[in-house]
Amino acid sequence: MTLTAAPTIQSGPRPDETAGGRRRRKSAVPYVLLAASIVVLLLGMGYPVYWQIVTSFQKYGAMQQLGGKAPDFVGLQNYIDIATDPTFWEVALRSIIFCIVTAIVTVVIGMLMALLMTKVPTVPRLTLQIALLIAWAMPVVAAMTVWIWLFDRRRGVINYLLSMIPGVDMQGFNWIGSSPTLFFIVASIIVIWMSVPFVAFSSYAGLTQVSEEVMEASQLDGATGWQRLRYIILPMIRPVIMIVLLLNLIWDLRVFAQITMLQDAGPQSTDYDLLGTYIYKSGVAGLDFGHGAAMSIFVLALTIALSWFYIRSLLKEDKA
Amino acid sequence: MSATVSVAKLPQRAAAESRTPRRRRRMRAWGWSTLAFALAIMWAFPVYWMVNSSMLSTATLESFTPTFVPFGGSISNYRTVIGPQFWNALGISVSVTLIAVFFCLLFAFLAAVAISRFRFRGRASFVLAILVIQMLPAEGLFVAQYKMMSELGLLSNIFGLSLLYIAAVVPFTVWMLRGFVAGIPAELEEAAMVDGLSRTQAFMRVTLPLLAPGLVASGVFAFLQCWNEFTVALVIMSADSETLPLWLRGFVQQSATRAIDWGQVMAASTIVAIPVIIFFLFVQGRMTSGLVAGAVKG
Repeated sequence: MTLTAAPTIQSGPRPDETAGGRRRRKSAVPYVLLAASIVVLLLGMGYPVYWQIVTSFQKYGAMQQLGGKAPDFVGLQNYIDIATDPTFWEVALRSIIFCIVTAIVTVVIGMLMALLMTKVPTVPRLTLQIALLIAWAMPVVAAMTVWIWLFDRRRGVINYLLSMIPGVDMQGFNWIGSSPTLFFIVASIIVIWMSVPFVAFSSYAGLTQVSEEVMEASQLDGATGWQRLRYIILPMIRPVIMIVLLLNLIWDLRVFAQITMLQDAGPQSTDYDLLGTYIYKSGVAGLDFGHGAAMSIFVLALTIALSWFYIRSLLKEDKA
Repeated sequence: MSATVSVAKLPQRAAAESRTPRRRRRMRAWGWSTLAFALAIMWAFPVYWMVNSSMLSTATLESFTPTFVPFGGSISNYRTVIGPQFWNALGISVSVTLIAVFFCLLFAFLAAVAISRFRFRGRASFVLAILVIQMLPAEGLFVAQYKMMSELGLLSNIFGLSLLYIAAVVPFTVWMLRGFVAGIPAELEEAAMVDGLSRTQAFMRVTLPLLAPGLVASGVFAFLQCWNEFTVALVIMSADSETLPLWLRGFVQQSATRAIDWGQVMAASTIVAIPVIIFFLFVQGRMTSGLVAGAVKG
């Protein structure tokens, strides 16, 4: 470590010292400290992004990969190809709908759970919180195997429990393989189960910040429960809801692991693909790097556009 | 002010209580509590089911009536599952995770000190860069990462995978550690320097010990992310160099083609999940506050 520059305390306050008491100095120290991170980020993230941008303008398929043919520059051809490919648009649209629906349902359930936590005594609240924590901690792959077992057509618990309802016979019902719609509903249920805990805890943390006095004052003024929720609680925790919704939108775009595992247990055709699995099939497994790269750029652009507000809110925190 | 409020509140409360009979209020409270318990069961059930099924024999699981209460307590499923393939996957997962967490913590720690203790040209760009990078999905990068690793000859290589993991986890770790470093007042260090320590000594003896909890928490997060990672591992690693998540996935892949022994699959899931759940419970409080800290305080 090379933190050997002269201590500021001896030189007294400098004209260019910032209000926060942080040191401003023209030294190489911060750059040395950053060097390792920058190198590893350039290697692991920077180069792939660069390669992807270059490749998205090239014809780079199996011939170039296996036949040793040099990739040709084809301009925007790859982008034009995917933009005019109805399958790609179907998959992209499906991903976006899946992501929006799942994120909204997750946030609504999580919010309601947080409200419920504020209404119940300690024992039920702690029980719910522990259950949520355990679900939250489950690794994605383990959670997927359990859910596939729960939805198993022959001996899954879900079919068994549903069949206990009088007049309903779900024995042997194939949840995963019957239709794409059902497949994505199952995927959505699983993703919601995984992501609700984070939403519930964040919203609960936000709710506990709503001050007692304000609530009492509103009660004095005769506000009903619904009015208090609508006009006091929701506006006060709106920032939390927005951030949590945004994060869930971003996370629900990246459900490659979940969809891949569901496809392992069921059908694997394009009708059951979302962007991640589609890109994997054509880009990595199909060796079509040019189109794969162009589609990846699309996913990156979509994510960055969505993330922008979140990043801005974090930057605000950094300045504070 | 608060006195007048509470005095004025009393008659109001009494009035409200007389409007809703106490029995109905109690019924409603019971209703909410029951709902909370029901939701708790819904969220905990899959985890319970995983552990429960893992200890039941194939014959019991083959029955069409599920066994809800653990009668078995048998560990034969675990014995079957823990074979050479498991040890191989465990070895790879442990090595990749240890390498990645070690370097990730080291690099991120240095970077966090730089951005929270120094003002310098390019600082804002660096902060913006790590925030953008931490949002990038593996789905948008794995084609390029696969190609890069195959060119470097690092496909199915522990170091190749570790490199990608470090790069993926460093941004969040820098951001998290930045908060911890900024939380330790620079004045403490300066006071130590007045007492005659050099800057480096002051940092090592005063700030570093205070930073230990932050380093542990960030380390656990890095661990969880690498240990659970699926997408990049699937792209980079081959069948004979699987990490634990890929090993577990192998069981589900078989389920499409033939009837599989769910008891064994659940035993495998439990082995993968239990250490994660334990680690996670240690650090979860920081997770919520870290992700939405800016939002709660406005």
